[in-house]
Amino acid sequence: MGEVASVAAHTLVIEIGGVPVQVRTDSADFLRMLEGRYSGFLRADAQPVCELDVELVPPGPGSDDDVSVRFDHGHWLIERGDLRAEWDPVSGRASIRQFANPYSIDTALRIIHSLILARQGGLLVHAASAVRNGKAFLFAGVSGAGKTTISRLAPPDATLLTDEISYLRRNGHGYVAHGTPFAGELAKVGENVQAPLAALFLLHQAPENKIQPVSEGEAVRALMESILFFAHDSQLVNKVFESACDLVRRVPVFRLSFVPDHRVWELIA
Amino acid sequence: MSAVYIARATTVAARALDGEMMIMSAKDSTLFTLNPVGTAIWQAADGKTPLADIVQQKICAQFDVEPAEALQDAENFVGNLANHGILLVSDEPIAVVKPPAGASQ
Repeated sequence: MGEVASVAAHTLVIEIGGVPVQVRTDSADFLRMLEGRYSGFLRADAQPVCELDVELVPPGPGSDDDVSVRFDHGHWLIERGDLRAEWDPVSGRASIRQFANPYSIDTALRIIHSLILARQGGLLVHAASAVRNGKAFLFAGVSGAGKTTISRLAPPDATLLTDEISYLRRNGHGYVAHGTPFAGELAKVGENVQAPLAALFLLHQAPENKIQPVSEGEAVRALMESILFFAHDSQLVNKVFESACDLVRRVPVFRLSFVPDHRVWELIA
Repeated sequence: MSAVYIARATTVAARALDGEMMIMSAKDSTLFTLNPVGTAIWQAADGKTPLADIVQQKICAQFDVEPAEALQDAENFVGNLANHGILLVSDEPIAVVKPPAGASQ
């Protein structure tokens, strides 16, 4: 009787924003990398809402390409040089072919979460966020505006949710900010905690610390520029826009001009 | 010259915030903020009223502007929004199909 070759499937569940996603791979090394990268976000007991089957392929050029996200025959297709994912949003199952690097799976997770959130009125925002005194604060801005700086300056009593990608879910009359493992320049994973969103700050580095209110229109324009959404889908794009309008009506938005030192946090409590 | 009719596309999301009309073009993910004149044209785009009448009744009556200049500006504005799929333009009246209750508009 001949031997039957078998490859063990390794799985783990990564829960971000209360959304558990199972990742299955044949590679023990890749699994170990995931366990390290998402260590604060692993939930062995959670029932996954999505199941990702990851097939690793040899690396090649093209990971700097723009990502394409489109809906075709009931499936979302996510494509970049280093990544091809096909996700069925009804069954929650996805097959992913990608290079064996963390950025590819990180990209797939960000996009799948952005699609899930969009339907639920939530948002992924290119912003830092932190919890202080039980309240969450979001810091949005273009690259160089100070997301990393304000994260680095956070006092000991502030809990960093992320220095890069903030996760917002609609909850009752407001929004809740969740920690994410999507790290930016600090290369520091956020804490896996959540808190009601108390304010959105639009960051500007300036010679003095100052908080000013902004109009709803300006707030929506700034927020829309910071929202991570890649899909070419008119219904979901409109939904994201409506969520942005809803958020600025429910959450105070301010322009935060700040000097890059710790005193800025005296204004945030 | 034949009349031009304009209608708001039923697939776009539009919101008035602090008196500013903001419109999302889902076609290319472009966010438009309309000035008061653009907002007046947008709100009057019912598919039944010719653009020239909208300019005369809504623009020239409310804003200090020359009719010929206002019409030229309105045509440029309409053409721009039509390119982004936000306005429908026709030389005949446009039957506007109302979206289902609760849909974006």
